[in-house]
Amino acid sequence: MKIENPPAADALPGNRLRAHNLSLRYGERVVAENLSIDIPDGSLTMIVGPNACGKSTLLRALARLLPPERGSVVLDGEDIAKYPSKEVARRLGLLPQTSIAPDGITVADLVARGRFPHQKFLRQWSADDDVAVTNALERTNTGDLATRYVDELSGGQRQRVWLAMALAQETPLLLLDEPTTYLDITHQVEVLDLCAELQESGERTIVVVLHELNLAARYATHLIAMRDGSVVAGGSPKEIVTPELIEKVYQLPCSIIDDPETGTPLVIPAARNRTGARCT
Amino acid sequence: MSTRTLPAPVVARAGHRRLTLGLGVAAVILLLLMAASLSLGAENVPFADVWQSLTAGGTDADVIVRGVRLPRTILAVLVGAALATAGALMQALSRNPLAEPGLLGVNAGAALGVVIAMAHLGVASLTGYVWFALIGAGIATVAVYTLGSAGTAGASPARLALAGAAITAALTGVISAIVLLSSTVFNGFRAWSVGTLSGRTAPVVIQVAPFIVVGIVLTLFLVSSLNALALGEDAAKGLGANVGRTRLLGVVATTLLCGAATAAAGPISFVGLVVPHMVRTFTGPDHRWLLPYCLLAGPILMVAADLAGRLIARPGELPTALVTAIVGAPVFVYLIRRRRMAGL
Repeated sequence: MKIENPPAADALPGNRLRAHNLSLRYGERVVAENLSIDIPDGSLTMIVGPNACGKSTLLRALARLLPPERGSVVLDGEDIAKYPSKEVARRLGLLPQTSIAPDGITVADLVARGRFPHQKFLRQWSADDDVAVTNALERTNTGDLATRYVDELSGGQRQRVWLAMALAQETPLLLLDEPTTYLDITHQVEVLDLCAELQESGERTIVVVLHELNLAARYATHLIAMRDGSVVAGGSPKEIVTPELIEKVYQLPCSIIDDPETGTPLVIPAARNRTGARCT
Repeated sequence: MSTRTLPAPVVARAGHRRLTLGLGVAAVILLLLMAASLSLGAENVPFADVWQSLTAGGTDADVIVRGVRLPRTILAVLVGAALATAGALMQALSRNPLAEPGLLGVNAGAALGVVIAMAHLGVASLTGYVWFALIGAGIATVAVYTLGSAGTAGASPARLALAGAAITAALTGVISAIVLLSSTVFNGFRAWSVGTLSGRTAPVVIQVAPFIVVGIVLTLFLVSSLNALALGEDAAKGLGANVGRTRLLGVVATTLLCGAATAAAGPISFVGLVVPHMVRTFTGPDHRWLLPYCLLAGPILMVAADLAGRLIARPGELPTALVTAIVGAPVFVYLIRRRRMAGL
């Protein structure tokens, strides 16, 4: 698989994708102040936190969809805002929450649209594009859906197709905004297994905003917990997931046990009858 | 890996063959219709004489073929291509399947420009209208975008459609006020606003052709960005599409196309709305196929409508816009009743 080479190592003081002192706001509403994070190269980083903690906003900023009020997102040592948009799109892919499949589009056509940043006006389609699309369909196990219409697919199939589109973009960095929303547990696991495979094969650094805390703790190699627009903790799930952290981030009394399958931390919310009224 | 039937590229290429063939068929149909449009009318001219007149000249048929029917046919092609392209463009930019040149206030702006030129500046020729129609279309478009993107939320397709409806209502009121004050303007406006290709001669064609050609070329440059934009704004930006620039250039192209077409032929309904939908049922939503097809299907509908208008009421004529509406409305109802037309 052809992936754009990162710049020479000496030009890179640190990780490929970082955020420095970001202040983010939507109109008048301040979402985050002085936020700094590092996405470890080669990691499967998951960002968790309660609703409205700013995790999706942070992802939008990392994907240069939301220009920061102050601070900067740094991609390969340079402010992301300084790159041409297509150049960013060859290094960093995004699967947003709100994607629309045009009516009557086939799976193959939708996945092919992931090739947009690699195409030039006079050279609309190349052999590279063919290879990338075929690979993406294979990776997501959607090859047998290629000629189907996207609007006929089930939710799980559709999400795999969108992932295939993001993969066809062939970016070394991939950002996914709540890719498991609306999926049942089987399909959630399927999508996250795919993320883990992609990360383990060493091809991509993946950042996922996830609602499901326990799945995040299972799959993440690097976990970032956010609350009220700031990062409360970052590190491997085993190190950082403690009852104190969960209490602090989610205001949820809980105990932590080892996941019998993987040994990763598993958050067990305290039962109501043991703690009395579960107030915070 | 489960069982895979065919690799995607193979499937895609099979589709391309069908679509390329379709383009060829459409081109042949258009050429035949154009030939018929040169030959048929109040007085039929045999094809041999049409050919003689076009290639050599000096025949009795020159006045009809070269003087009247050739400019009129070329204008039908230009106006049809402009309206269909503008409709497809507006539907893509606003992600609204019902978008058409009338929706975003462009036609009302063009009409107001023409009315002001008639009433206050004494312009009485079709060639004089085009500048005013373009200026009016441009001002209306800017007004719709300013109104539609006011506030913190920014320009969304729904807000633009609402702003377009509001501006159209306001402009139509102003047009009525001006037109009702003078019977000369009323009669001139009525003749123009019927929407017809009748009486359009070479100078009109030469006047509007550059605007339409520029608008079409601009649109063709936007084709792949429109494909990205169809996936939603966030996904388009994620793919590296320049959403702001695409919208801006798209608006400029729509203004040129609608302004020029409306100036030359008056408001022609349904072509901009129906043609992209008809084409989409055959090509699917890929703009790299959709727009070339619109460039042929728009002229096909327009030339056919103009020809039908001449043949049905011989020796008189039905206005072209009346025919496009009579043909367009049922086609549109049929398309709406089919599934997989609703969106883009």
